[in-house]
Amino acid sequence: MSSIPAKESHVTSYPKFIGRSLWLATEGSFAFYAWMTMLTMLFLVGANAWANQVAGGMIGTNMTDQVSWGLYIANFTFMVGLAAGGVMMVIPAYLYHDRKMHDVVIIGELLAIAAIVMCLLFVVADLGRPDRFWHMLPGIGKFNWPISMLTWDVIVLNGYLVLNLHICGYLLYMRFLGRKPNPTWYIPFVMLSIVWAISIHTVTAFLYCGLGGRPFWNTALLTPRFLASAFVSGPAFIIVAMVLIKRLTGIGGLDHPIATLTRIIRVTILINLLMVASELFTEFYTGGSHVSAAKYLFFGLHGKTALVPWTWTAIGLNITAALLFLWPGLLGFRWRPLLVAACCMAFVGAWIEKGMGLIVPGFIPSTLHEVVEYVPSQLEWKVTVGIWAFGLMVFTIAIKTALPTLKRPAEH
Amino acid sequence: MTSTETDSTPSSKPSLPIVENFSRRAAVKAGFATLGAGAFVAAISPLRQAAKNTSAAEFMQTHYTELSTEQKADVIARLEAETKEKYGADVTIGDDRPIPGTKFVYAINLSVCNGNGKCVEACHKENNHDRDTNQSYIRVIEMPKGTMDMEQGSTTYTGVVPKDDKFYLPVQCQQCDEPPCVDVCPVKATWKEEDGIVVVDYNWCIGCRYCEAACPYHARRFNWKKPEVPAAEVNPDQSYLSNRIRPVGVVEKCTYCLHRTRRGKLPACLEACPTGARVFGNILDKDSNIRWILENKRVYILKEELGTKPAFFYYFD
Repeated sequence: MSSIPAKESHVTSYPKFIGRSLWLATEGSFAFYAWMTMLTMLFLVGANAWANQVAGGMIGTNMTDQVSWGLYIANFTFMVGLAAGGVMMVIPAYLYHDRKMHDVVIIGELLAIAAIVMCLLFVVADLGRPDRFWHMLPGIGKFNWPISMLTWDVIVLNGYLVLNLHICGYLLYMRFLGRKPNPTWYIPFVMLSIVWAISIHTVTAFLYCGLGGRPFWNTALLTPRFLASAFVSGPAFIIVAMVLIKRLTGIGGLDHPIATLTRIIRVTILINLLMVASELFTEFYTGGSHVSAAKYLFFGLHGKTALVPWTWTAIGLNITAALLFLWPGLLGFRWRPLLVAACCMAFVGAWIEKGMGLIVPGFIPSTLHEVVEYVPSQLEWKVTVGIWAFGLMVFTIAIKTALPTLKRPAEH
Repeated sequence: MTSTETDSTPSSKPSLPIVENFSRRAAVKAGFATLGAGAFVAAISPLRQAAKNTSAAEFMQTHYTELSTEQKADVIARLEAETKEKYGADVTIGDDRPIPGTKFVYAINLSVCNGNGKCVEACHKENNHDRDTNQSYIRVIEMPKGTMDMEQGSTTYTGVVPKDDKFYLPVQCQQCDEPPCVDVCPVKATWKEEDGIVVVDYNWCIGCRYCEAACPYHARRFNWKKPEVPAAEVNPDQSYLSNRIRPVGVVEKCTYCLHRTRRGKLPACLEACPTGARVFGNILDKDSNIRWILENKRVYILKEELGTKPAFFYYFD
């Protein structure tokens, strides 16, 4: 189990690297084991709920023919944003040659991996016939490409997953071998991943804004709005993760990246709010039947108001977070708890706005203008919590795999 | 990460350290991994129940358009046997193909329709819909006179019809010439046939419900549960792409009753209509009634601005 001979083939040494990394990633303190046990239990609850959903039909969810997508697709949409938001570490590091971001950029890439895994699980959870999943595989199934936006989404999401697995795997593997990474093996992929990150959220927005029969989604602003809120929620998550990593492992060199990401959110959170305001202006100043869904979301329609408290909570959180981010003191070390609070607010705000606040009102009123409300069932919450727990497990393990690298920043 | 603190290997060596007392830790970890795997298997055990409802033959079945004649015959025999087993009903499932030179269109006379809902009921029975949820492919909207804004209408009206200040707008699949539902399907489980009918291969649909989101006419339904139909009420005259009892977890839709219309009969909703508001026929036939109506009446289509080009028309006397 000692060193890998210099001449050993990658075919044998790469699996050894994976095995060793996983072995080390499952080493830890009591708190670590408690955390992983809790996540495992939540994941098992979710897995059980999903198995029951498959056995009994999706009647166990509260979705209907009127509101045919709910909590799962809402979370899917949000997670795509989180995956895309990780790129906000890559851009400063590689486009602006910020050396200090180089050392920690892998945190964003590992987040992207965990988020995409969650996206795929949410899609599977939403399928009425998961046993027919293979129908979607190009080659053996029937792939409706390039016409269906969903096939584009399958391609870009899996492509982004492979891209990030390659970049992270290559960099960590080189550290494992004690070699300097060869830029030709990862720089082109890093550059590609920047474009690709934009594409995953663009295509996911196209899923919705391409539907002429759903006026609430049928807006060209949907894609930029998606990207703006992704560039808030992704960095917000990474900041909190880095504050935690610093606290738990004492790894240095994280303060500069935290400050960089805070500056990025300062801008993106305002752009996001500006776009929400533009959208609301066009909707409400114009009026007519086009505004029905927005009216339902913000004020209720025909006495139905299920989403109103949610959406105003989101607006409150987003505005408060924006104000906090504008305050210069937030960059100081003494105000870390406040920074974390601001990030959490921005994160939850984006989750409501991009999830339930976007998917559900697209269906209310229905295309025949029935107002049928939707509140997720307990089963849906269980499955959702299970997938989140699994995603956090993947992220925790991934970060632990990268810790040796983070502890001794490389020269690449 | 207790062990990394002792890590002092030079950078030319692998950076990951060697874990001490490997075998004990390995045993503990293996124990927990086994426990976790066991718990996971227990957690997803309800899947075994679901697996019982799907035969290997169904799982492996290819797309309808790729089935050979013999394969199709096998599939249909299997579906008939399954219906007998699960619903206790003897049914015959046909494979009705489009008649060359036919393009079916539908028209409704809004001056005559009085909202009695007989079409909704007939559709429910003819197409073997789930009895619990009282499903149907048709929704009738009661609208105030003087508007075409559906938001002012109601699909859940009750009481004596027709009401003086209302008119009635039945909506079902418009069998669009530019169907958004077909475009969005990721697996080509739904397509438009030569006679203009948009169909679904219920044994290929993965249940993503993207088509349901894309349809501007709320014409698609999802089987949230296994449809329940008492054996005595099962309509035995069925077709593969039409009214056979659908599996759970897939999307279904109006097919202009292709198991009837491709055999020269009229749709069930039309036969049930007591007011004569419904007209159905082949638009390519110059002498047909429907052709005369479309040429001579004031015809209107729903949501024309969306560019879906419906093969479903509304007219006024």
